[in-house]
Amino acid sequence: MADALYDYALRMGDNCLILGHRVSEWCGHAPALEEDIALANTALDLIGQAQLWLGLAAELEDRGRTADDLAFLRDERAFRNLLLVERPNADFAHTLVRAVLFDLWHFHTLGALTGSTDARVAAIAEKALKEVSYHLQRSADLTIRLGDGTQESNEKMQAALDALWPYVGEVFLHDAVDAELAERGVGPAQGVVQPLWETDMRRLLDQATLAWPQTSHVQKGGKAGMHTEALGYVLAEMQFLQRAYPGARW
Amino acid sequence: MVTAVMDAEARPSEAQVWAWLDQVPDPEIPVISLVDLGIIRDVAWRGDALEVTVTPTYSGCPATSVINLDIVAALTAKGIDTVRLTKRLSPAWTTAWISEKGRAALRAYGIAPPVDGTAACGIGALASPDIACPRCGSMATRLVSQFGSTPCKASWVCTDCREPFDYFKCI
Repeated sequence: MADALYDYALRMGDNCLILGHRVSEWCGHAPALEEDIALANTALDLIGQAQLWLGLAAELEDRGRTADDLAFLRDERAFRNLLLVERPNADFAHTLVRAVLFDLWHFHTLGALTGSTDARVAAIAEKALKEVSYHLQRSADLTIRLGDGTQESNEKMQAALDALWPYVGEVFLHDAVDAELAERGVGPAQGVVQPLWETDMRRLLDQATLAWPQTSHVQKGGKAGMHTEALGYVLAEMQFLQRAYPGARW
Repeated sequence: MVTAVMDAEARPSEAQVWAWLDQVPDPEIPVISLVDLGIIRDVAWRGDALEVTVTPTYSGCPATSVINLDIVAALTAKGIDTVRLTKRLSPAWTTAWISEKGRAALRAYGIAPPVDGTAACGIGALASPDIACPRCGSMATRLVSQFGSTPCKASWVCTDCREPFDYFKCI
């Protein structure tokens, strides 16, 4: 029986890896040079954090696999990321809303994990939190600027928020893995992160003149390896080289 | 290949090793050394092996692997046969560890050094420290983006001399 911490490290690592890959797709295509640079740097941070989490997962698994093996040689059903982070970039509003929904969760989750009873988890969280503080600052700031911007930017932001909202439910889903880690003091207890997220998100959406979406429909499955069709395309591109030329090195 | 065994008297002191590491430049910002950057956390002999403890700057910084190679190459060139690198994540690296010498070198190179205590703290907290333009010294400067040419820098512009410049942001 695999350790719950292995699953948890995979989830954290896969969230960073898949979102990092998605964000990196903007490189050379962003609407402004500063945004292009910000997106590329954010992607870099996330992929670096993925290395730390997947490195921990590989260590816990103790089967001789590395973080790279976990990133490039697992199939879709073995990925444990939230469905939210695999959603396509679509327009800039979708990318930004996806970022702010995730960054705010990431920020509060890492904050809680800095107090983890597992020193390895606490160390990764302490490191990552410094970087994620900059990610959240940017995504929150831009959400306000574009939400409370022109009529067109407001409409695009609201449309993206409404489209991505069903994927928020999974973010706060507390399953058996989360429960076991909370019990051991390794992960946050149920109900710690969600109220912080909701308070901040309500204030943010108010400032951005965006409406809190009314849908209660929840899309879930990513944490258990059941993904949308979007992930397969991400992996096809991300894993191509290692699948076609096994063991190829830079 | 014959590996010379260093006896305790012949091997260089830890202070000597620190001095050598202070000659190894950061690969991205070559005017400051790895010691100035504050990423070398410990140097200690463990038997015949020299253990160097390094704390990474940013998780995804591409310079990290180059830095590791540079440390080993520099110490090998000084005759130390066995260098063991240990990565230490906690306490996480902070720009407060950049030395005064390093800050002066950054400024002279055209990069405004970090203003301690102005790191981002997430939502709704746009840190806007007073930063002098490293070219003309004017305080009439403004933030363009919290992200810049490398993970550790933000983009600023001077509204007096009109030159854009890098700011080594605080983490």
